[in-house]
Amino acid sequence: MSAPSGGGASRDGYGSALLRMSSDSRVVVLEADLGKSTKSCHFREAHPDRTISLGIAEQNMILVASGMASSGKIPFASTFAIFTERGFEQVRNGVARPGLVVHLCGSHGGVHTGTDGSSAQSIEDLALYRTIPGMTVMHPCDDLSAEELTVQLLNHDKPSYTRTARNKTPRMYDQKTSKDLRIGKGSVLRSGDDVAIISCGVMVSESMKAAEYLSSNGIEATVVDMHTIKPLDTNLIDELANKCKGIVTAEDHSVIGGLGAAIAEHISYSGGVPLRMVGVSDRFGESGTPRELMEIMGLTYMDIVGSCESLMS
Amino acid sequence: MIHSAGAGHPGGSLSAIDLLVALYGNKLRFDVENPEWNDRDRFVMSKGHASPAVYSILHEVGFISEADMMSFRKMGSVCQGHVDMKWTDGVDFSAGSLGMGLSFGLGCALAARMDSSDRDIWVMVGDGEIQEGQFWEAAMAADFHSAGRLNLIVDRNRIQNDDFVELQMEVGNVANKLSSFGWEVMEIDGHSMEEIVSALEWSSTNISAPTAIIAHTTKGKGVSFMEDNPSFHGKAPSDEELEISLEELS
Repeated sequence: MSAPSGGGASRDGYGSALLRMSSDSRVVVLEADLGKSTKSCHFREAHPDRTISLGIAEQNMILVASGMASSGKIPFASTFAIFTERGFEQVRNGVARPGLVVHLCGSHGGVHTGTDGSSAQSIEDLALYRTIPGMTVMHPCDDLSAEELTVQLLNHDKPSYTRTARNKTPRMYDQKTSKDLRIGKGSVLRSGDDVAIISCGVMVSESMKAAEYLSSNGIEATVVDMHTIKPLDTNLIDELANKCKGIVTAEDHSVIGGLGAAIAEHISYSGGVPLRMVGVSDRFGESGTPRELMEIMGLTYMDIVGSCESLMS
Repeated sequence: MIHSAGAGHPGGSLSAIDLLVALYGNKLRFDVENPEWNDRDRFVMSKGHASPAVYSILHEVGFISEADMMSFRKMGSVCQGHVDMKWTDGVDFSAGSLGMGLSFGLGCALAARMDSSDRDIWVMVGDGEIQEGQFWEAAMAADFHSAGRLNLIVDRNRIQNDDFVELQMEVGNVANKLSSFGWEVMEIDGHSMEEIVSALEWSSTNISAPTAIIAHTTKGKGVSFMEDNPSFHGKAPSDEELEISLEELS
């Protein structure tokens, strides 16, 4: 994998993807007053005729999207991750249950969102959508991967939820390597036989930093960008469980129900491998810079290092 | 159907049935041989618990068999407890959770406009149902987007699950409320076939704004002991009650 270069927020990737897909006339974009934030605004500017503004009314937006999907459109609806949750039952009953292919994007996910405070910091969205039968759930780590994975939704036959982040993170991919990504397949960014760090979103770059630190202390880690939380790449997890002495998961999300929990559920059936989870420990956030919040929540690369070392000992 | 299932919603089915007969018999464009035809009109039954009324009509027009209808609420039946597009040909919406249908219908109407199609979208809601906030989100959005081919029918039967609407949370003058949201509104007797047919015609030809028909109906219409009786919102009739009902309805 090429070295990280530059940086980008995954929400920018979502915006670019909508533009890339716009030549398909079935693509429609729905907004709930946050298009400038989720980055659907670029599509609006280019294609106002296929952009539906629904005001601050998320429940309505989700069912309008589902009505459009039932009529042959491919709707991409976005708002903040936290506000998609207001429409959770709408996604459950109005989208997934009839199997209508609506793609929902929740931006500004996680405590990384920062100074807006805990009301804006969704730490449970991945857990919520993961419980809905037939939903695909993704959380890409940078702009280029978010763009590529969102574009792949154009030919995806299931409804989806994609969490993007507000702030820039180091790029894990370039224009070429991002093309190798596939929905549902974990991406191995680094190989090592001692421990496997499986992460998503903004924690992927922290995981890479942790792996470098560990390496300087003689511990070699595999790092996986598990951008798709559902369906989970269980083959890759089994492979890593056999190869490594343990697995550490890392996510800007509650440890209840997220990526770590999904992996714990899988390995509880597939056979024991020691597991540690780095994530938000059943608490709300507060206002602060992203870095301050990551520190107070225990979401830094040194927290990942600590979990790896405790697991190795 | 409800008696055979031992469960279901007779009251709200009987209040809606005259409206549905007129809509399917006189207005709705559909093709039984091609239920997925994209240029069909849509009927979004948002008060999905009135499924027995819908299934009776779908049987009458040829989408489902009598055996399908009588398997209502039984395991594997195409006639699920609440109408569900995934299970039944001729059903355009998966209902059961109230307050969502008008939003779905608006989505259908916006898609139709993008396709330059003249297909009409009909949505039926119950009056208790419009206590849901999402209904008013959709009502506001329909006006904002000038969804002229969106046609709403409110089954104003004045009774909801627990009791009379006025005792649970009165929805008040629905016509005035929708008018103030920018809708064109007509109030009718929802059991007068003449008024229903004329209102459906008015609604479908008025494409300058979303239109609503407030149909004043009687819950349990046609069965003496069910009429205006909140206890028959969601209760199957006994053997004896079935006999009386069938006699009165015939």
